[in-house]
This record gives sequence, structure tokens and C-alpha cells, in this order.
Amino acid sequence: MLKNYEIRDPQSSIDTQTLEINIGPQHPSTHGVFRMNVLLDGEVVVRLKPVMGYLHRNHEQIAENMSYAASMPYTDRLDYFTSMSNNFGYALAVEKLANVEVPERAEYIRVIMAEITRLVNHVSVIGFLLNDLGAFFTPVLYAFREREKILDLFEEISGSRMMCNYLRFGGVKRDLTPAVLEKLRGILNHFPKFLDEFETLLSKNEILCMRCQNIGVLPAELAVNASVTGPMLRGSGVNYDIRKIDGYSVYNRFEFKVPLGHKGDVYDRYYVRILEMRESLKILDQALKAIPTGEIISKKMVPFLKSPRNFKPPVGEAYGRVEGPKGELGFYVVSDGSPQPWRYHVRAPSFINLTILEDICLGQKIADAIVILGSVDIVLGEVDR
Amino acid sequence: MFFGAGILKGLMVTLRSFVASYFRGPDNGGLFTVEYPEKRLTQKENFRNFPFLIYDNTPDNLRCVACDICAKECPPKCIYIVREFDQDGKPLKRPAVFDIDHTVCMNCGICEEACPFDAIYMDHHFEIANADRQKALLFHKEALLKSNEYFHEIRPTDACEIDARRAAAEARKKAAIAAKAAAAAKPATDMPTG
Repeated sequence: MLKNYEIRDPQSSIDTQTLEINIGPQHPSTHGVFRMNVLLDGEVVVRLKPVMGYLHRNHEQIAENMSYAASMPYTDRLDYFTSMSNNFGYALAVEKLANVEVPERAEYIRVIMAEITRLVNHVSVIGFLLNDLGAFFTPVLYAFREREKILDLFEEISGSRMMCNYLRFGGVKRDLTPAVLEKLRGILNHFPKFLDEFETLLSKNEILCMRCQNIGVLPAELAVNASVTGPMLRGSGVNYDIRKIDGYSVYNRFEFKVPLGHKGDVYDRYYVRILEMRESLKILDQALKAIPTGEIISKKMVPFLKSPRNFKPPVGEAYGRVEGPKGELGFYVVSDGSPQPWRYHVRAPSFINLTILEDICLGQKIADAIVILGSVDIVLGEVDR
Repeated sequence: MFFGAGILKGLMVTLRSFVASYFRGPDNGGLFTVEYPEKRLTQKENFRNFPFLIYDNTPDNLRCVACDICAKECPPKCIYIVREFDQDGKPLKRPAVFDIDHTVCMNCGICEEACPFDAIYMDHHFEIANADRQKALLFHKEALLKSNEYFHEIRPTDACEIDARRAAAEARKKAAIAAKAAAAAKPATDMPTG
């Protein structure tokens, strides 16, 4: 690449050369231990090589050496912003494998948790995007103020703010008490007001618009070819939402729209996330109104809470996927009839969304490459696993 | 709208929020940060952080029977148990060694769920920071032992539920023994004498 690259004006008397730099792995704008090997011509990016693997923790191999239930707390640590969705995806895969029915109330609780996780993720990613743009910490602290309320609720429900470990195969660990539901309603009543304020602060800000519009354009064909999912794909205008397509859990009972962008630039990705939060609020509102009473875990699975090692799904394979806040989060589990999965694989959305980073950064300024990376929304715990 | 109106509107938001932070309550846009070591939030009852071993009345009377189930189910394998033996080499129903490595423990709470004897529960204690990273964070049996009263103090709802369940199980056991004894005693009286 370096050899083939022509310096712009061979006739010019000024001697120029390209500059290769490393951004990361210890750099605040890479959102973790991630390295971008960038070749610059002046300020323009002419090559970008993402280097990952610094946070590899052998998640898949570890999961193949322990009981099915014991992997549940490890899935929390994939994308540590959205542990509830990660639990959801894994629970779906194993339930498909073992043919477990989930009681109504548990399904509703799961949907509530998954959607509220989406709120947490999207507010914080927008905050961090603004950090990358140079709006140092004001938006992110506004976002974290709201996130903190939700994390307090998670702590009350599951025992931990971020590493929730709340879902179980066939249901959830603990029931939602009326007091918790009341608190949840309080948060949801306040949230649209916060979102309006957040939008007044950001959406029409001229600096944000100039920095984000027509930057890092991801064409729809490229997005589909690279199997990009989530707000990245929808920002490019492709209508693909697994909640609509699969209708897993009880999602087909709720009315919500799938917000789409049309240009596929950074601004569209930002705005799709804002609109998605509004749709999530709609789902949460409907779910809280319709939540039934009853069991929170399937009777078939209760004995396995006490003895996870006795849980042996029949021989077979299953792929469970959810529309996580970052994209399609899938878990592929193969059982050979023993208490441990024979094969366990995670389809990590932020890892796959990262593959197109070079394509959308080429020809942009180095400062914009940082913003583009911010708009991809990666968490290195999930990229490297 | 003129160019820059968006920025001005945004700045109004930050100004409003700045002023509100002085006059409003913590739930309504005011300051909500707690100055930690001096002030503390009350812990949520369900909060879980590192397991402890529970005993009834006196520390000798611990519920753990060294069955090793928690050590087997623990995902990062941070529990190490050795059963106690008497002089004749007969295994006793209590652990001689019960170690939990807090550097390995990931606070998932699976030990608490898996324990069939209600012996291990998740604690609220979180201030274990230490300059020594080997010995000080490897907790032995003595450091892990805590009373049932302490459990009631930190997690009253769960503790009451568990106590009620244990009492019911105990009563059932006693009733079964009494019934057995009565059944055994009855034929004895019916037996012909002489």
C-alpha cells in the first residue's frame, strides 16, 4: 500500500512524504485497548489498519469447559455496557437448544430489561461521540446522570450495576417488586424530558452538524456486504431490525417503528440512536402496562438452578440472536449431550461493525477518523472477547 | 433561524442546568454526587459482593458441610475446600479449610444459588482494597465466617425467608423422626409379654 501510494503532486518542488502513526492502544479516543495503524498524507487518512486482540480473554474456550449456566456471568463481560442484552441472547440460544418455554411474565421482564439497556447504551455512546468531537464531558455527564438512575435500578433488581447476571434459562433470577416497577415508571416519565433537553443541546448544534454531516458515509451496499448490523446499518437506510424480523420473545406484541437514516453518515448514525431511544420508550411504556402476573421461571428449569451441572441439553445445535444496542448479537451453541457445550461461539456486533472502518475512513481527515470510530460504537470487551 | 442559533440554544441548556444544580434536589437536575468516604449511600438489599460463610449462634456451628458443590459450580473456580477428618480418619461434616480468593472471585452469586445447605451468601462488604495482592486478598475460613444476625442486618428479606424455610424443614424432620419413633414404639407395646 505504501509503495503504490502516489504523492499528490509529483511536479511540485516541495518534498512530501506520508507519515505512519499508531493511534492507541493506550489512547482515550479508541474506547479501550484498540489500535489504529494509520498512514497519513498531511491530515488525510490514506490507509487504516485496525489492530485488535489486546483484550482477548478466551471467552469461547472458557465457556466450552464449564456448565451452560456458568457462562452466564461471563456474557456480562462481553459488552459491559449492555449486560442484560448479552444475557438475553445467550438465554435464547440455550432455550432453543433445550426446548424450554419461558413464562409470560419473565418474557415481559426480559423485554423491559433489554430495552432499558438500549437506553443506557445509546445515551452513553452519544455522550462519548461528543467527547470525541471535542465537547469535553458535558454531554457525557448529562448522559451518565440518567444512566446512573437506571444502573441503580439494575442494582436493586439484580444485585449489580453492570455485571447483572440476571437472566436464567427459562426465566429470570428475581421478580420485579411493585416498588421497583414504580421506580421504573418514574425514570421513564422523566426520560423523554431529558431526551428533549439532550436534543436541544446537540441535534441542531451547528458545530456538531458540520463535523458529522457527510463524514464517514457508509453506503448501504457496503454495509449489507460486510454484514454490518444495528444502528450502523439502519443509519445507511437498510430496514433490518431483528426485533421485527424474528419477533423473538414477545416483541411482536408491541407497536414500534424502525428509524432509518438515508445518507449513512455520522450524523445519521447519531440521529438513528436518538430516535431508537424514543421507540424503546414506547415499547417500555406498552410492556409496563401489559406486564402479567405469574411465574418468573419455567418449572422445568427450577431444579437446575440448584445444580447447573445436571443440565444436559439434547444433542443438537442452536443459534439465538437478539437485536442488541450495537447490532445483531448471536450465540451459537452446539451440544453433545454433556453438561458442557461442545462448541460455543459469539457473533459480536461491534467486532463485525468494525471491519468496514478502513472503507469509511479513507480520504477523511485524521480528526474525523476519530469521530467515525466513535460513531461505530465499539466496546473492546466484545470485539476481542 | 440564523446561523449559530443551535449553539446558543444548546448553551442555554447548559446554563439552566448550571443554575439548577444549586437550587434543585438531586432527583430533579441538582447535584447528585455523594462525597464518598464521608457520606455513603445505603446499600441496596440485593447488592452482592464477595461470598461469606454463615453460622448459627456460635462460630463452631457453621452450616457448611464441605460438600464441595459451590467449589465445583464456581465459574472462575475461586473456592478451595478441604473436608475435616476426626482422629480415626472418619470424614466430618465440616470444612477444615475453606478459602476464597477475592482476586479471582467475580461476584456472580452462583455459589449462593447452588448451595443446598444455605451456608454461603453474598456480602455487602466491598472495601477490601489492600497494598498486598497475594495474602491479604485470599480469605480463609475465619475471615469468611459471619453470623446469621449479620445476614439479617444486611439482607432482612432474604434472611427471614430462608430462616422460615429452614425452620419448616427442621419441624418436618422432627415430625418424621417422632412418627418413626411412634411407629417403632407401637409394635413393642403390642408384643405379648412372657
